[in-house]
Amino acid sequence: MRDRSELEVGKSNLPDESELELGLGLSLGGGAWRERGRILTAKDFPSVGSKRAADSSSRQGASPPRSSQVVGWPPIGSHRMNSLVNNQATKVAKADKEEEEEGEGKKKVDEAKDVSMKVNGKVQGLGFVKVNMDGVGIGRKVDMRAHSSYENLAQTLEEMFFGMTGTTSREKVKPLRLLDGSSEFVLTYEDKEGDWMLVGDVPWRMFITSVKRLRIMGTSEANGLAPRHQEQKEKQRNNPV
Amino acid sequence: MNYFPDEVIEHVFDFVTSQRDRNAISLVCKSWYKIERYSRQRVFIGNCYAINPERLLGRFPCLRSLTLKGKPHFADFNLVPHEWGGFVQPWIEALARSRLGLEELRLKRMVVTDVSLELLSRSFPNFKSLVLVSCEGFTTDGLASIAANCRHLRDLDLQENEIDDHRGQWLSCFPDTCTTLVTLNFACLEGETNLVALERLVARSPNLKSLKLNRAVPLDALARLMVCAPQIVDLGVGSYENDPDSESYLKLQAAIKKCTSLKRLSGFLEASPHCLSAFHPICHNLTSLNLSYAAEIHGSHLIKLIQHCKKLQRLWILDSIGDKGLAVVASTCKELQELRVFPTDLLGGGNTAVTEDGLVAISAGCPKLHSILYFCQQMTNAALITVAKNCPNFIRFRLCILEPNKPDHVTSQPLDEGFGAIVQACKNLRRLSLSGLLTDQVFQYIGMYATQLEMLSIAFAGDTDKGMLYVLNGCKKMRKLEIRDSPFGDTALLADVNKYQTMRSLWMSSCEVTLGGCKRLAQKAPWLNVEIINENDNNRMEENGHEGRQKVDKLYLYRTVVGTRTDAPPFVWIL
Repeated sequence: MRDRSELEVGKSNLPDESELELGLGLSLGGGAWRERGRILTAKDFPSVGSKRAADSSSRQGASPPRSSQVVGWPPIGSHRMNSLVNNQATKVAKADKEEEEEGEGKKKVDEAKDVSMKVNGKVQGLGFVKVNMDGVGIGRKVDMRAHSSYENLAQTLEEMFFGMTGTTSREKVKPLRLLDGSSEFVLTYEDKEGDWMLVGDVPWRMFITSVKRLRIMGTSEANGLAPRHQEQKEKQRNNPV
Repeated sequence: MNYFPDEVIEHVFDFVTSQRDRNAISLVCKSWYKIERYSRQRVFIGNCYAINPERLLGRFPCLRSLTLKGKPHFADFNLVPHEWGGFVQPWIEALARSRLGLEELRLKRMVVTDVSLELLSRSFPNFKSLVLVSCEGFTTDGLASIAANCRHLRDLDLQENEIDDHRGQWLSCFPDTCTTLVTLNFACLEGETNLVALERLVARSPNLKSLKLNRAVPLDALARLMVCAPQIVDLGVGSYENDPDSESYLKLQAAIKKCTSLKRLSGFLEASPHCLSAFHPICHNLTSLNLSYAAEIHGSHLIKLIQHCKKLQRLWILDSIGDKGLAVVASTCKELQELRVFPTDLLGGGNTAVTEDGLVAISAGCPKLHSILYFCQQMTNAALITVAKNCPNFIRFRLCILEPNKPDHVTSQPLDEGFGAIVQACKNLRRLSLSGLLTDQVFQYIGMYATQLEMLSIAFAGDTDKGMLYVLNGCKKMRKLEIRDSPFGDTALLADVNKYQTMRSLWMSSCEVTLGGCKRLAQKAPWLNVEIINENDNNRMEENGHEGRQKVDKLYLYRTVVGTRTDAPPFVWIL
């Protein structure tokens, strides 16, 4: 498997490698996701800053863009932003866990307790996992220890990335893990072996011990996930599966 | 001066350390130019593409300390794609080839790789000091090279970098013979830390003055570290999740009391909301306090801590302190020079933790205040006018009202008059950031009064090109102008091309400049690099017959003596 840094969108250190970089670029200028059937280069990376539509509408007297919808705003350094967002996510997760534990002996509670016992303290291999969303320049990190279920995680991610795509549409992002066509996005993850999988297929406990990175990608991309996955592997120098 | 031998003149020059002064000296005459360049040890390069390493070394062959800045400021807010540029590798290669006695390297917003760090660590036997701010592209493996190979390392200072943490053993790569550390800052690392190696390292570093830990260093380790390093001056706490009754906590309390030199406190990257009373005993010595990452700590605990900090000169805090807390700051911290208040609620949920009242209170209570960065939900002209009256000494004034285009919340007027009062009163103002609803009028004030202004950040402001023209014509000392989402176009851009010779750079994104306008500018000014960053489908721009009128999404231009750079990625057009 290739060094994971090469697969990650936007992480090329050497300029001449950008031609070979695999990207899941999706143009967000018109709010529509486009099909990609070829290896993408840096040229195809979507605009992260394009919000002309929001601008012109605001100057024409329509409601001004809300702080959370404008890319690169408020002007807070990305390092600080990541830290702040992760703190909020942890708070939400903790609050959720508390709520669940106050409930009536649900299975989730047991699982949550189970997980939290296992992950209490600083368990090796768990901790902050990077999350990238296609079309969004800023990556995030989630603390896997702070979550107890897929619902939990999905909620955190929704809050993290809501409004980050720079579109003017206020359509709320649906639960990300479901590939049921109701959402524009799916949540995928890279496991310990370097394979990209859809999130939700394995028990939560198994998931958190094997997840290395998360990626939110467009449904149209994920449809081709299996064959594309094969394609990716064939193009790598290391042994194919 | 002409009658003195060169060595005497050189000795005199040794006392001139500021880069600006040394630049001025070198312009006096040929002989001074020559003496100055051979004796110059520190060079600051604000834009790594304004010059290249060969020319730098040609002029300053005895360089010991180099500072380089790469990406434009708005890269901090993800407006510049990762691959844009700012690679340090060619610089390190050139410096290594020249066999320079490099001792210090400070980089900001540059792309640094493990390969670069390895080369750096092996090429300069006297290397002492590495400071990386907002850089990216490297991993803890690179840090391991620095630790292992730099025998005389004094400073390893990593501030807010994006570092891939391989959870390796970089800390144990410091050899046992390494006892020279003065600064060790790894707060931005996200992974596990080898606590044993860290403690051993701290224990054998008697000169250690600045230690900033990451979130993986728990409270009991902190206590042990402070016992090893009571001479510490600058401490960044990692994790601060404490049970006040535990033994670790008691140990920490005892250790803190012994740190009588502690002047600067920061970190608390993971903090439970429990009080900070363990630190109260040393608060009276603190000159700098940065709690801007401590989102968990309640405002009441912050206030209790600050009440003890009478000598504070610098305070970075979250808005959870509230207007009440700022009033406490105003009445306690009479030595305060710099204040930064960061937001906790980014979703604009209407949380009015700090308002214009907090700002006014600070301005009234802190006579030495000269730098402020203030995030808030609302502001009024009246408040800004009062602030200007109270504090005519501002050098840096950055106000960020979270909602773009928000007017004075009492009068619904634009905030032109408020900012106008600031620039009129603050005759030494060098840096200004605007926000809220603003018309061309504010720029007229800026052009008229802000004579010392060097850096101006504009977002969602202005009505016509006149706004930008006021600034370009009026602010003679302007060096960095960055504009986003404002209706300034080609007329303003092209009005005075030679102005850009006196500036370091201009950034304009989501404005009204067109590709045709940028091309004309590039033609008129061959000494400028005019870069268009276009992440959309490039082909659209070329095929479109109206390319002259095609609006440019991101424009970045800067003066340079070395022409077009060769490392630009495909989506950056250099005209």
